[in-house]
Amino acid sequence: MSSRGDMPAWADYVLLPLINLLLAFVLSGLVVLAIGEDPVRAMRILVEGAIGYPEAIAFTLYYATNFIFTGLAVALAFHAGLFNIGGEGQAYVAGLGVALICLYLDFLPWPIIFVGAIALGMAFGAAWAAVPGWLQAKRGSHVVITTIMFNFIAAALMTYLLSNVMLEPGRGAPETRRFIASATLPSMQTMLGWIGIEAPRSPLNFAFFMAIAAAFLVYVYIWRTRWGYALRVVGQNEQAARYAGIDPAKTIIVAMAISGALAGLMGVNEIMGAHQRLLVAFTGGFGFVGIAVALMGRNHPLGVCLAALLFGALYQGGAELAFEMRAISREMVVVIQGLIILFCGALENMFRPWIATLFARHKAA
Amino acid sequence: MTQTALRLSGIDKRFGPVHANRSIDLSVAKGSIHGIVGENGAGKSTLMSIVYGYYQADSGTIEVDGKRVTIASPQDAIAAGIGMVHQHFMLVENFTVLENVLLGAEGGALLAKGEAAARAELARLARDYGLDVDLDAKIEDLHVGAQQRVEILKALYRGARILILDEPTAVLTPQEADKLFELLALWRSQGSTVLLITHKLREIMAITDRVTVMRQGAIVATRETKDTSQAELAELMVGRRVATRVPKSAAAPGAEILRVEHLSCIDERGAARLQDISFSVRAGEIVGIAGVSGNGQTEILETLAGLRAVASGRILYKGEALPPPGTPARAKFARSVAIAHVPEDRHRMGMVVGFDAYETAILGYHDDDALRRGPLLSESRSIERCRDLMGQFDVRPADPRLRSGQFSGGNQQKIVLGREIDRDPDLLLVGQPTRGVDIGAIEFIHKRIVEMRDRGKAILLVSCELDEILALADRILVVCGGRIIGEADGAAADEKRLGLMMAGIAA
Ligand SMILES: Nc1ncnc2c1ncn2[C@@H]1O[C@H](COP(=O)(O)OP(=O)(O)OP(=O)(O)O)[C@@H](O)[C@H]1O
Ligand SMILES: [Mg+2]
Repeated sequence: MSSRGDMPAWADYVLLPLINLLLAFVLSGLVVLAIGEDPVRAMRILVEGAIGYPEAIAFTLYYATNFIFTGLAVALAFHAGLFNIGGEGQAYVAGLGVALICLYLDFLPWPIIFVGAIALGMAFGAAWAAVPGWLQAKRGSHVVITTIMFNFIAAALMTYLLSNVMLEPGRGAPETRRFIASATLPSMQTMLGWIGIEAPRSPLNFAFFMAIAAAFLVYVYIWRTRWGYALRVVGQNEQAARYAGIDPAKTIIVAMAISGALAGLMGVNEIMGAHQRLLVAFTGGFGFVGIAVALMGRNHPLGVCLAALLFGALYQGGAELAFEMRAISREMVVVIQGLIILFCGALENMFRPWIATLFARHKAA
Repeated sequence: MTQTALRLSGIDKRFGPVHANRSIDLSVAKGSIHGIVGENGAGKSTLMSIVYGYYQADSGTIEVDGKRVTIASPQDAIAAGIGMVHQHFMLVENFTVLENVLLGAEGGALLAKGEAAARAELARLARDYGLDVDLDAKIEDLHVGAQQRVEILKALYRGARILILDEPTAVLTPQEADKLFELLALWRSQGSTVLLITHKLREIMAITDRVTVMRQGAIVATRETKDTSQAELAELMVGRRVATRVPKSAAAPGAEILRVEHLSCIDERGAARLQDISFSVRAGEIVGIAGVSGNGQTEILETLAGLRAVASGRILYKGEALPPPGTPARAKFARSVAIAHVPEDRHRMGMVVGFDAYETAILGYHDDDALRRGPLLSESRSIERCRDLMGQFDVRPADPRLRSGQFSGGNQQKIVLGREIDRDPDLLLVGQPTRGVDIGAIEFIHKRIVEMRDRGKAILLVSCELDEILALADRILVVCGGRIIGEADGAAADEKRLGLMMAGIAA
C-alpha cells in the first residue's frame, strides 16, 4: 500500500524494465571483461546472432514460442494465486500425448491428426497439472511442492517409456521413429513457401501462431470472462470468493488444468513441430525459464510475449556467442541469462522507490 | 504552558487528481486527547498515514516534541514515539498475537530470548491497561475487538508516546468502547497523547479535549470540546443539518419470509457458536440482532447467507427449506433467490482490495445475464453499473476505475452496501451497515433501509451499535453466548434493559 501507484504506468511498464535490462547487460559486460574478452564484440555477436539474419530470427522466434507457452502457463496460474513450476513436466507428458496420435494413429486424415494431436497433448499437460491442483484444493498440499515432484515423475515415466516401450529399435538414442509428414506441424519455411516467399530451414513452425493466439486468448480469459474474474477473485481473496459463491477448489483445479494445457503446447511445438519425433528430455529447461518470463512480463500476456522474445533472442544469440568466442562457454551464456532474470525478475523493485522519488520531485517542481 | 506533542505545518498530499490533504496545520497538545472528525474521504486517514510514515507528504513538515523530524517510514515514526492503530488492521492473520507484536521488534537475533522478555513486558502492559488477550491465540481466531487490543498492545510495546487511533470504535461494542476510553484517559493522565479519528460525535464529546474538523482535505475548524456541541460539529462536517434519527412509521409486517428453526453450529475447534436459534423475519419488517460482538451474530448472518455449515436446524425461506449451507453453490443459490448479504467485515469478505471498484461492484453477481456480452463479461456494463451505484450512494471519488482499496474506509463500505441494496433483494442480511461511514451517509443508509422495509422487504440487521438497532429495528433479538436470550419490541425497547441482556445478566 505504500508507494506503488506513485509513478505513471509507462514508467512502471517500460522505463523500469528497460533500466533493469540495461543494468543486467552492463554487469554481463563486466563479467565478459573479467574473463578476458571484449564485451563490445560479445554484444555484437549476441545481437547479430539473435536477429542479424533470417535464420537467426527464425531460431529466436522458435525459442520464443516455447517461452510464450510456458510463460503464459505460469502467469495464468499466478492470477489464481498458484505458483505452477511444473511446466517442465507438463510439457513433457504433453509430448507423449502428441506422439501417441502422431505415431499410432497416423493413418488418419491430417486434419484429424492435427486437431487430435494438439488436443491430446494439451489434455495430457492439463491432467498432469490438474492432479497437483486437486491435491492443493482438496488436501492442501502445496502446488509448488507437488508440481516439482510431478516434474520428476514425468521425467522418470518418459525415460522408461522411451527406452523400453516406444523407442525405435536399432536407434542409439532413446527416441521414437520420425512422424510421417502428415503428422507434423508445417514449418515456417513450408508455410512461407505457400505464398511464394523463400525462407531458410529452421525449427520455427505453425506453433508460433498458436502461441500468439494463446496469448490473446489468455488475456481475454483472465480479464474479459466471468471464469477469469472468478479466477482472479480466488487468487486475491479466497474468503471473498466463497462469499461471492465462487468455488475456490474448482477454480484452482481448472486454473491448474488450463495452465498445464498451455505448458503442454510447448510440447506440441517441440514434438510435432521441431523434432517430429518424441525424444528424451526435449523440454530442455524451457518450462523453468517460463517462470522468469512470467515474472519479467508481469504476468500479463503482452509482457510475457515481449519477455519471451527477449529470452528467445538470448537463447539464440547466446548459442552463437558460445560458438564464436572460445572463452565464453554455454554456461557463461546461462550466467548472462541468470543476470537478466535477477534484475528483471527478482530485483524488479530495486529501482522503483528511487524512480518514484524522481517522479514525485518532478511533480512537485 | 502546555507543550506541543505534535505539530504539522503545511502538509499537502495528492493522489493523482484527488487532493487528499490541503496544506494542513495542526498542533496537538501533550497529554491531551485530540479528536479529528470529517466526512468520508475528507482525508483523515491520509493525514494520519503521513504522520505514521505510510505515505509521504508532497510538502510540509512534522515536529514531534518541538523537534523537526523526517518520517519516511513507519520505523521512523516508531522511533519518534508514534504508534498507530489503523482503520483496517495490519495484523498477520495466521500468526499468533505474540508473533504479531514482535514482528519488526524482535529484540535480538535469537527469537527465544526476545520472546521471553516480551512476554513479561506484555503481561505488564496488559495488566496496567486492562488489555487482556491470549498471547498465543492466532489472529484469525480472534474477534475484531480483541484484534484491536493486539494493535494497541503492539503500539504500546514499541514505546509509543503519541498514539493515533483511526476509527477504533467502529468495530467495538459500547462496553468495549467504554473500556478503550478508560484506557485512553489513563494514558492521557500519564502525559501521553492521543489522536482519535471517529465518526461518532458522542465519543468526541465524551473523551476529547479538543477537536478538529476536516472537510475535503482541509481543516475547517478546531474547537475546545467543551465549547462545542454535536450539532455544531455535524454542521461543520457536512455543511448542513443532519437528522440523527430517520423518521420511521410503524411496521406493517406481511408474510413470513425467513424462518429459522433450532439452528446450531460449531466452529473448527468443536466449540458451539450457535445453540438452538429460532426466529423469523416477515416481509416489511426489520429485525435487529443486538449483542456484544462475538456472541453469534456473525455466525447467524453467515449461515443464512450460506457460508457456514450448520450442525443442526432448518432454514426456511418463503416457506421452503433452503439447501444446507456451507458450500459456495449455496451462497450462489441464496443470491439467485433474492437474498443479499452485506458482510460485517468488508475487507475480509465483501470486496477485493486489489480490484478496480467496478470489479468489486459486481462481486457475487459476475454471472448475471445483464453483465454478459456473448461469452464475455462486459466491462462497459460493469462500469456503468458501478457508476450508477456510486451516484446513488454518493461514493467519492466516483471513479469506477480506482482501486477498491484506495477508497476511504467509509466509501468502501458504501460500495459494498450499495451493491447489495441495489439488487433490491427480498431478504437483506446486513451486518454493521454503517461501520465507518460519516453521519451524513448514516442518515442516507438508514433511509434506504427503512424505505426497503416500507416496500415490503424483509431485513435482518446485525449491529453492535445499540443506537443503530434502536433506530431501525421493529423487533429486537438479543444474543449472548450463541443463544437468543431475549426479544423486545423495537419501539418500546429500553436501552438499559437491552444492555443488561446483552451482558447476559437479565432476560
Ligand atoms: N492510495 C490511494 N490512492 C489514491 N487515492 C487515495 C489513496 N488513499 C486515499 N485516497 C483518496 O484520498 C481521499 C482521502 O481518503 P482518506 O482515506 O484519507 O479519507 P478519510 O477521511 O479517512 O475517510 P473515511 O472516513 O471514509 O475513512 C479519498 O478521496 C480517497 O479516495
Ligand atoms: Mg479513514
